[in-house]
Amino acid sequence: MADSQNTTATFVETDPSIHQCWSCGDMRAAQFCGACGKVQPPMPCDYFNFFGLPRELNLDVAKLEREFYVMSRKLHPDVYARSTGREQSWSLEASSLLNDAYRTLRDPIARTEYLLKLEGVHIEEQSKSATEQARVTGETKKQFVPPDLLEEVFELNMQLEEARMNNTMGENDAGLIRQLQQTKAHLEEKLNQLGDELKRAWDDWDALVRRRLIGPTDRSRVFARMVDVLNRRTYIRNLVRDVNEVLGI
Amino acid sequence: MSDRVVGIDLGTTNSLVAYMEGGPSLSHPDAPAGSLVRIIPGEDGSNLVPSVVALDREGQIVVGNAARPHLIETPERAVYSVKRLMGRGVEDVKEELKFFPFQLAEDLVPGEVLRMKLGERSFTPPEISAHILRQLKKNAERFFGAPVKQAVITVPAYFNDAQRQATKDAGRIAGLEVLRLVNEPTAASLAYGLDRKRNGTVAVYDLGGGTFDVSILKLNEGIFEVIATNGDTHLGGDDIDNLLIAIALEDIAGDMKLDLRRNGEAVQRIRQGVIDAKIALSSQEVAVIDVDLPGGAKYQRQISRNDFEELIRPVIDRTVGPCRQAIKDAGIAAEQIDEVVLVGGSTRIPLVRQLVRDLFQREPHTELNPDEVVALGAAVQANILGGGSEATQDMLLLDVTPLSLGIEALGGVVAKIIHRNSTIPASATEHFTTGVEGQTSVAIHVVQGERELAKDCRSLARFDLKGVPPMPAGLPRIEVRFLIDANGILHVSAREQRSGKEAEIQVQPSYGLTDEQVENMILESFDYAEQDFAERQVIEARNEGETILAALDKGRHSGAWLQLTPQERARIDQAEASVRERRAGNDYQAIRHSIDELNQATMRLAELMMDTAITSALKGKNLESSDVEDGPAAPHPIGKAEFE
Repeated sequence: MADSQNTTATFVETDPSIHQCWSCGDMRAAQFCGACGKVQPPMPCDYFNFFGLPRELNLDVAKLEREFYVMSRKLHPDVYARSTGREQSWSLEASSLLNDAYRTLRDPIARTEYLLKLEGVHIEEQSKSATEQARVTGETKKQFVPPDLLEEVFELNMQLEEARMNNTMGENDAGLIRQLQQTKAHLEEKLNQLGDELKRAWDDWDALVRRRLIGPTDRSRVFARMVDVLNRRTYIRNLVRDVNEVLGI
Repeated sequence: MSDRVVGIDLGTTNSLVAYMEGGPSLSHPDAPAGSLVRIIPGEDGSNLVPSVVALDREGQIVVGNAARPHLIETPERAVYSVKRLMGRGVEDVKEELKFFPFQLAEDLVPGEVLRMKLGERSFTPPEISAHILRQLKKNAERFFGAPVKQAVITVPAYFNDAQRQATKDAGRIAGLEVLRLVNEPTAASLAYGLDRKRNGTVAVYDLGGGTFDVSILKLNEGIFEVIATNGDTHLGGDDIDNLLIAIALEDIAGDMKLDLRRNGEAVQRIRQGVIDAKIALSSQEVAVIDVDLPGGAKYQRQISRNDFEELIRPVIDRTVGPCRQAIKDAGIAAEQIDEVVLVGGSTRIPLVRQLVRDLFQREPHTELNPDEVVALGAAVQANILGGGSEATQDMLLLDVTPLSLGIEALGGVVAKIIHRNSTIPASATEHFTTGVEGQTSVAIHVVQGERELAKDCRSLARFDLKGVPPMPAGLPRIEVRFLIDANGILHVSAREQRSGKEAEIQVQPSYGLTDEQVENMILESFDYAEQDFAERQVIEARNEGETILAALDKGRHSGAWLQLTPQERARIDQAEASVRERRAGNDYQAIRHSIDELNQATMRLAELMMDTAITSALKGKNLESSDVEDGPAAPHPIGKAEFE
């Protein structure tokens, strides 16, 4: 699952690039000048870098939000509504990057997926490109069923089919609905467990990052675990969605 | 004070222009010190400019209250609710045309932007909207005595890219630089948030003449962050009117054996009658629909509030789904919303208020006039963009895109690239390649909407990435960047990465005007827009002089006059004489200058008048004798402007 394209240690430390502000000549922090506050020409950087964060997955979201607000006040196009066209276009670039970065990093799943992408790991089951590929080649996308769920899923699919039939016939089987609700509760519990599992993978990754040198074995081990958790999560979430649909939630 | 930025609410039913500044003067004695934002009234003293445009018999465009009689007298030469047609194609408006007496131009070709017939001419919806904007611009210029070139215009939050682009085009055609398109509910929250900066979660429920929006915002130290928005761009007071009109037409067909459905004049009269009854039912238990039909017949029908509510409930209930979705998308529960704000004329309907109360389990705010709050908010945003002031210096608006942006993939499925409720500006980068050897162009179809299949979404643009270097299939790597700007409008750029060549892209909006078309419309309207600006200024300055002289006359008879020192009175007398003398001439600057002098000289008189009880007596008397709306927004509350 985890397709490690890079086999050597590749971690890059946050780059505190030092440049001169085009406007006042002072040093700048990142996208805006620390001295005069003016927006700077866009510079390619990843989302972690944008916020001056290390590439770690445990992240203080409340702090990220505060940072987001501070940077919004510096970079938003409203601030440059009457500035030169050049500043306006920089601000548009910088604030769209800020918004994209914040949106991705504040969400635990999006953040994990983003890190995997940054590190060159494909998430087969859920990546859009895999779906695209399946469409182009006409193959059915590989369905991955978590082994511990095989039996339950088999049973659930039968129940779902029966419930759908009942729905179309306008019949109501209270027992069946109760069973579905129980299954759903169980699935949601599984999702919670997966959340914990993901958190442990984060901790492992963050520990590697802090050691500053990441060997290829450690790397593929921890990424494989993340991919596995994410795939199982997607699978279970789709099941929950199907149950909700049948229950009319 | 050269570069004023005004805020404009370009509404389905009414449009308004507002401005944010400070301090009372003789001309604005009612403006409380804290109220910095005001609506700019038209020369008839009315704050609302009805969004009606007509072409009179002489071929002149008339707008607003002046155009309303044309709806009845010459319905084929007048148009209202044009906002419903902005950014839409012929196919989209088939449903609308059943209810609205819109006449499309006969020579429309498929794929062309709609054109509506007004008498012997035809106009696109952006051109008609531009006429309304031009009227508002004129009102503002009359108010300031100086040209106005920049504006913030509001749009329904749920407007898609094409509708936003059409609104921006309208601004350009009207000779306005549109600094920003702001979402209406967001603007309303700015107006409400101005004097009570606090943190919390706010829901804005905005039911207007033709559109419904709901937005949920997080307020934090002056940052207004929209976290979710939803709505329906075809749901509003118009739909309620249409239900009542249908009943009336049915009654008339049954009782009088008259089929008036195709009679434009009759339908307009009925429309006015049902609107009056609808408004009455917000404060009364029973109202009468009372219509004088063409030909002398009379149609009357009593309607109780109960019957009315039963009739409109299905329409009102359509707002529930979007509200629930917005709350869900915001990731909160209804109980976590601290405040609810009502916006739009239709929220005066008691049933609507009840629904909001039930839905959010909270008493909604109605302190600001629901017809004016959006324009006031637009003026606040205009102030922010114009450089800000003490009151707005910490304020920043972070809005979202209401609809997901996607690309049509193989099999007609939509691959979403920017999800709805993403903070804007937002961007996404996608990679494309070729499917055939030597292929030099790749077609891309961009859509907006939440549905799975492209055909169920709104088509935004189809374009070709041209100039791809010929390579084996699948080898080119074309990077396309999609960027939604702070106005909610999409920009696309592309690059072929293997050859490093910038691909030439043609973005063809599915239902939009090309840049060239807009330029032509600006040129066509140039004469009209700049028409005798100088002459108009003189007339308007004279009128302003007249107004201030009339106000002064009242002042002289007030108790406040006696409290002035002899020197102050002498200064006023002198300034007054100067206004009287110069008003006869044609020198705008001279008239303007003398008026400013008189304003200066009478400042203390105005203050004294405000402080005395006499003011209220005076105010009562004068409001009676003029049509001026009350409130801080009217320009000359102590005397009505007279026009020759």
